[in-house]
Amino acid sequence: MPQIEQLPFIFTSQLFWLLVVFGIIFFGIGRGMLPKIQSTVDLREQRIADDLAQAQSARAAAEQTEEAWRNRMDEARAEAARLAQGARQESARETEAKVRDAADQINLKVETAEQQIRQSVDAARAEIEAVTAEATREMVARLTGIQVAPEEAAQAVKAELHG
Amino acid sequence: MAAEGKIDPMHQFTVEPIAPLKIGGVDISFTNSAAWMLVALALIFGFMALGMKRQLVPGRWQMAVEGLTGFIDNMVRVNIGPEGKKYVPYIFSLFSFILVANLLGLLPLAVIPGLHSFTTTSHFSITGVLAVMSFAIVLIVGFWRHGLHFFSLFIPHGTPAVMVPLIAAIEFISFMVRPFSLALRLFVAMIAGHILMEVFGSFVVNGLNGGALGWGVGILSFIFIIGVSALELLVVAIQAYVFALLTTLYLNDAINLH
Repeated sequence: MPQIEQLPFIFTSQLFWLLVVFGIIFFGIGRGMLPKIQSTVDLREQRIADDLAQAQSARAAAEQTEEAWRNRMDEARAEAARLAQGARQESARETEAKVRDAADQINLKVETAEQQIRQSVDAARAEIEAVTAEATREMVARLTGIQVAPEEAAQAVKAELHG
Repeated sequence: MAAEGKIDPMHQFTVEPIAPLKIGGVDISFTNSAAWMLVALALIFGFMALGMKRQLVPGRWQMAVEGLTGFIDNMVRVNIGPEGKKYVPYIFSLFSFILVANLLGLLPLAVIPGLHSFTTTSHFSITGVLAVMSFAIVLIVGFWRHGLHFFSLFIPHGTPAVMVPLIAAIEFISFMVRPFSLALRLFVAMIAGHILMEVFGSFVVNGLNGGALGWGVGILSFIFIIGVSALELLVVAIQAYVFALLTTLYLNDAINLH
């Protein structure tokens, strides 16, 4: 086994070269290059974590904005509904008032018309009474020759007519 | 391969000097082992350099590098907790060096004449040093953070008073065995796999040289060696992971005690 047979002759050389090579690897690569690579990795992970946090907060902000927007929209919608309701009520009231005015006028007209009709009827009735009394008096005078006083005739006619 | 057609499965582990070098009487020759360690270093550096663009949106190479570092980081965080952060470079160095060194040993470079890959992690002179280094860090961290209280590691919570000496002795032995188990596990896994592959490879070569029966053996061995290679790829990754994971767990003991 050369490892054992050669050991006394090669050990110092092996040790020397191993220490040289391993020293260079440890100090040059392990402590020189490795931390730089690690720091790059750490930096990237930090960056990713930061970006994620930022995205998270941006999302929260967006949600907040949307919430506010929705609230505003709800408010505006409620306001619009309120206004529409008011306008509707207003117009309903106006219409009602107009209708009432019109109805009043119509009623007035009807009343006056009725008044006139009643007057005409009364006048006509008075006329009839007068004519009837006159006719009655004449009929009585022709048939019996009795001259009935116009007041009496009118009284009798009135009594007959109104029962 | 040894000379005269005789196949020596151990030959692949021989360390051969490329450029003899001595400093103050200490031999630090540049060997094939050292060369392959430098190749591993270059590969790791090249791979990591691809991840240094530091883009916010990573490309595929940066993604791969970040996957590896994230894997180690995650392992340390899960096993030690937030305090383990400063041990990530060490665990990463261990894992990447062992993984790449293991993988390099599996490269079929022997098909190119004059070249053959060498598995540095199949030498306990390498795995042993790594294990001792891990163990030493555990000891230093443990005593530095907890002082003599670190010894309470040997007495698990809720141990009945009469059992304390026995349990402490057992815990102490299991603690002291740690560097050996770390070093030997990796070394043995590597050497066993390579010997197995070499032996079956030699069956293929010798079988094809020797008649109809030999052809049968050769083909069977060839099929088998495909499976062994796939298994070795798995073992290579698992051993690197186990070494790094165990070091993390031992560090966790030292940092958080029980």
